[in-house]
Amino acid sequence: MWTVIVQVFPYAIAFTIPLLITALGGLFSERSGVVNIGLEGLMVVGFFTGALVISKLEISMPEISIWLGLLAAFIASALFSLLHAFACISLNANQVISGTAINMIAGALTVFLARNMTGSGNILIVHGLIRRNVPVLSDIPIVGKLFFTQVYATTWLVLALLAVSWFVLYKTSFGLRLRACGEHPQAADSAGINVYKMRYIAVMISGAFAGLGGAIILVTYSGEFTGTVSGLGFLALAALIFGQWKPLGVLGATLFFGFASTIANVSQVIPALSSIPGILLKNFPYIVTLAVLVLSSKYSQAPRASGEPYDKAKR
Amino acid sequence: MNLKRFIGRDFITALVAVVLGLLAGAVLMALIGRNPFSGYVYLFRGGIMSIERVGNTLATATPLILTGLSVAFAFRTGLFNVGAAGQMLIGGLCATAVGLTLVLPKPLLLTVMMAAAILGGAVWGLVPGLLKAKFNVHEVVATIMMNWISYWTVYYVVPAYFKGTYLETESRKIPDAASLKVEWLTEMFNGSYINLGLFLAIISVIVIAFIIDRTTFGYELKAVGFNRHAAEYAGIKANRSIIMSMMIAGALAGLGGATFYVGYASNMQIGVLPSQGLDGIAVSLLGGNSPWGVFGAALFFGLLHSGKGFMNAMTRIPPEIADTIIATIIYFSATSVLIERNWERLKRKAGGAK
Repeated sequence: MWTVIVQVFPYAIAFTIPLLITALGGLFSERSGVVNIGLEGLMVVGFFTGALVISKLEISMPEISIWLGLLAAFIASALFSLLHAFACISLNANQVISGTAINMIAGALTVFLARNMTGSGNILIVHGLIRRNVPVLSDIPIVGKLFFTQVYATTWLVLALLAVSWFVLYKTSFGLRLRACGEHPQAADSAGINVYKMRYIAVMISGAFAGLGGAIILVTYSGEFTGTVSGLGFLALAALIFGQWKPLGVLGATLFFGFASTIANVSQVIPALSSIPGILLKNFPYIVTLAVLVLSSKYSQAPRASGEPYDKAKR
Repeated sequence: MNLKRFIGRDFITALVAVVLGLLAGAVLMALIGRNPFSGYVYLFRGGIMSIERVGNTLATATPLILTGLSVAFAFRTGLFNVGAAGQMLIGGLCATAVGLTLVLPKPLLLTVMMAAAILGGAVWGLVPGLLKAKFNVHEVVATIMMNWISYWTVYYVVPAYFKGTYLETESRKIPDAASLKVEWLTEMFNGSYINLGLFLAIISVIVIAFIIDRTTFGYELKAVGFNRHAAEYAGIKANRSIIMSMMIAGALAGLGGATFYVGYASNMQIGVLPSQGLDGIAVSLLGGNSPWGVFGAALFFGLLHSGKGFMNAMTRIPPEIADTIIATIIYFSATSVLIERNWERLKRKAGGAK
């Protein structure tokens, strides 16, 4: 069993990290009161932008092209999410419909542009991120083997962002204000907080994080833009609810998805699991999500104003 | 009078959204250095220039009518059915399974297949409906999970039981007796993909329009959609309405799956979630969630989808332009407030000038 865990661990983490950062982005948006079902599309935008930038730059500046690609994805998706913010915050549009439109536009537009560039619609990058051992720490028994051996630098980047997000949300006045906008925007407004501005910022953070998530898929395990992140954005959304809109909850939920999916993927080569039919293993994460949502529905703590446009007149 | 004005405004909003979507498409075509005018000429010619292509347009629109109807019906009860893709897959799987297993005369076989598809889709809609009614699980998340469950179910069931002759990744071809394609219709349209599914879709539009507008049941569903608590206070069983609404929505999408997999196509591919699921949302929105609006919107989107291949062949504009246009139209429908506001302003100006 131990060897199985050690073998599966790096793959599970690689799968978890993009999910985690995307769900974390969704957390900012929903805690400010805007449901962002467009995470999937925002990931695709990051996926595409990353591939575009890296494939153009990797010959001329091989050292930093990957990091420039990640940065470009971060910025591009933040800008793209403004479409959602404008519809939901300034025009009081139905947030779920706007998010669906974001998903559709992102999926179609990126493939349209990619096909115009490469013909096939796929963009290949030659070099991905390289897994490295962390010096000294990787020599620690057990922990070193699991956490500090053969890790991607993006894993640490995302975990750092998780820590920063937690700190910002719970320990700064900005975080308090942001959460207030998602719980009771009228009260927040009367306390002098600009609800519209806070929500714009939160949606842009969600876009930036989701874009980073999409680009991380590219530079870690995919290596090629294919036009879709096959439902990971939606899975991130489920993880957000599963994790009860809290950073550490989201970490737990995405880790669960990461391990469940990875185990399903590699079950063929693990003797202990190969006897379980694939259909059960593959469906396991989704069925468990439904079950958890049922169980947690009684004491679910969704942000109270999430999904509602802010109407000043109701103050 | 009031109602008439409301419908008129809805129609204008939809029209403006379509025009803006087409404009956005034109800008994109120009951006990649192609002539938008010839692009659109080929796009629309590809959809209607021959009787065969008209047939293909109608055949492409058929599943869209049904998934659009599915989304619109759930929407009337205030539910957002993102699960039409999964419901389609399951409906298609049930129909294919029956078609490949039973040997019956064609009319009887088709009836059983359609019943199986409707049942499969209904079950796939029932689960999120139950979860929503009993446990308040958000139907958007639940239907998305159901999409993936149907995706993986098809992924394993098709190769295990209905494996194709040459490929592992698709099912065997259904026999002619199990296909919704019929000779007279195919011949009438010069060998196009058109099939009996179109009539099933039109019947569904009529039935759903009747349910929504003319029955107590439909009234109750709409009441729950407007205000669940008020409806409950008026003695309407909101939970029952939610469950029924999702079930019927699932059934419609399941039937849509049958028209696609045993009508338009003649086998199932694994590893693909049908795009008609998300497009159904677009159709429903553009159609203002009304059955006949859905019908018109589906025909329009069917035209875009069936013409895009021809356009791509003639102008080398990537076929994804059609999806981009549809997506943009949805964004503009979602932000219709903007259109309405400007429309009112325009009208006021025109009134002032008089």
